[in-house]
Amino acid sequence: MTTFEAILLTIVTASTPLLIAALGELVTERSGVLNLGVEGMMVMGAACSFAAAVTFDSTLLGVAAGMLAGALMAALFALLVLGFAANQTGSGLALTILGLGLSGLIGAPFVGARRDPIAPVDIPVLSDIPIVGRLFFEQDLFVYASIVLTVLVGLYLMRTRSGLTLRSIGENHTSANALGLPVWRVRFWAILFGGACAGLAGAYLALVYTRFWSPGMTAGRGWIALALVVFAAWRPGWVLVGAYIFGAATVLQLHAQAAQFGVPSQVLSAVPYLATIVALLLLSIRHGRAIGAPGSLGVPFVPDR
Amino acid sequence: MRFELTPRTNSSTVMRIFASIAAFITAFLIAGFVIWLMGRSPLAAFDVYVLQPLSDPWSLQELIVKATPMALIAIGLSYCFRANLWNIGAEGQYVIGAVLGGWLALRTHGTDAGLWVLPLMLLLGILGGALWGLIPAFLKTRFGVNEILTSLMLVYVAQLTLDYLVRGPWRDPQGFNFPQSVTFDPAATLPPILEAGRVHYGAVFAAIAVVVTAVILGRTLFGYRLKLTGDAPRAARFAGFSSKATTLAVFAISGGLAGLAGISEVSGQIGQLQPSISPGYGFTAITVAFLGRLNPIGILVASLVVALTFIGGESAQIMLKLPLDLTQAFQGILLLCVLAADAMVSYRIRFVTRGGGK
Repeated sequence: MTTFEAILLTIVTASTPLLIAALGELVTERSGVLNLGVEGMMVMGAACSFAAAVTFDSTLLGVAAGMLAGALMAALFALLVLGFAANQTGSGLALTILGLGLSGLIGAPFVGARRDPIAPVDIPVLSDIPIVGRLFFEQDLFVYASIVLTVLVGLYLMRTRSGLTLRSIGENHTSANALGLPVWRVRFWAILFGGACAGLAGAYLALVYTRFWSPGMTAGRGWIALALVVFAAWRPGWVLVGAYIFGAATVLQLHAQAAQFGVPSQVLSAVPYLATIVALLLLSIRHGRAIGAPGSLGVPFVPDR
Repeated sequence: MRFELTPRTNSSTVMRIFASIAAFITAFLIAGFVIWLMGRSPLAAFDVYVLQPLSDPWSLQELIVKATPMALIAIGLSYCFRANLWNIGAEGQYVIGAVLGGWLALRTHGTDAGLWVLPLMLLLGILGGALWGLIPAFLKTRFGVNEILTSLMLVYVAQLTLDYLVRGPWRDPQGFNFPQSVTFDPAATLPPILEAGRVHYGAVFAAIAVVVTAVILGRTLFGYRLKLTGDAPRAARFAGFSSKATTLAVFAISGGLAGLAGISEVSGQIGQLQPSISPGYGFTAITVAFLGRLNPIGILVASLVVALTFIGGESAQIMLKLPLDLTQAFQGILLLCVLAADAMVSYRIRFVTRGGGK
């Protein structure tokens, strides 16, 4: 394998957690709920998946534990913002603070442990195509799953009746409620889906990307996933594109650090964060105010009576 | 069975204070349960976390030292949050304030610079924080970029800037290669209020910020403008209040206060620049601002309470071998409880059994 191929492979690995987390958040936001707690759910997913995977020596159980942890955190968020109509921004921040602390507690006994790499799934014939073959057809299962998930989320939102219901609730919850649509129930499941995806993204980080646990290992990826949803103007296909651009930026800056161009490593480490700001800025300049944002995004729902 | 929310028309101050206390007690019970799950005694933990720090004069001073930066930052954030603007990058503004103010301290190091150094350092700290805070504000007002994400991303950039400086150009050449600057000269050090004490003048700045903010929010047109912008943005526009000017103003204020907190901490407490100059004060201040219900006096009390969890957390780590992450988890639980309590004050919650009610 050439270095070039190796770099391309790591870009895919770096992009996948961003993609999965952003897809989950996209569904949540399309239902009109802004969950800023992605970072917290993701880091909990990472800690719980790693703890479970090491304890039971099973990647599958690890992944399940990660998704469950993300979903449980999301359920807590749902209780606050749906049950109590609490401030969504504040609740999301609280979720992140809680997740960062709690994951430290859960992960503490597992610092220093390592997991074996997961065998890639080789799709015969197709993986023999030069360059792109190994890139697209010899990846781990999560990568394929994330692509399938992108398609499924797109189809669900745009081609199904249930997806239409979810979008109309996100656009205007008052009208949706007047039409008799179940605002709370749809939002609850959308929040839970977002949490499970963030948990899965965290599990991928801990079990595939780094294969160890360290406190706060998500390092702002949850926030970048949030930015991706805005960047993609709430469209799944563009989340995929954005995730891969950011994954590439992350990996290339790491390689640039290793190559020692004489640029301070801190400057290169800042690239993903600066890129996020620039991407949001360019998007806003091109389209004016955040386009595609659901009308009821972030507004607590209290039915008129 | 399900429940319904009805907005309350009257919510009294007493109720709001009571809700904060109830939230705090609930958070304590949950934390106690977590500690019990970890196989430790919740009562022993309560003793170490709360009772011991409060019964020891040294800890009481430490309490004020730790509360100072959080109170300063949270007071600033209350301006933003009142106007429904979300500056969550105070940690970065704190760091840049410390960097810009620290620059003067290093620049005048070893010279016979006079009394002007310290005031100018503090001003540079305020300026640095305010400018860093104005970046997301400007991007929002000029281009409509979401301020939550940009202000947060700038935290990482600020931390990396500090990291670069103390490992590179600003490193103490005689420091055995440790990533830290030289120790500040006495002229660049914020002195303690009492000669032998630990509490530095940052605490006075925090007290001034509380009083000034109480007057501004309660007695001036600007305070009313913030409230209106937050509660009824359309009405604020009709009243002729420019939302752009408000955004820039509150980000400059909160950034400036975070910068002041940063330079005060570095020159009054740490005494030099190093890669990490905050245990997350900028983020914890968000909890403090909410716990204090965005009210200056409330924030002062809340900062002391949260400072207690920091000090208690440190001694619990030593005495009970409880990890420091427990403190952060507790702060998260506390913020969640406060937000839930907030809802209880704003809405009446009615339980409705199926078939009955509506």
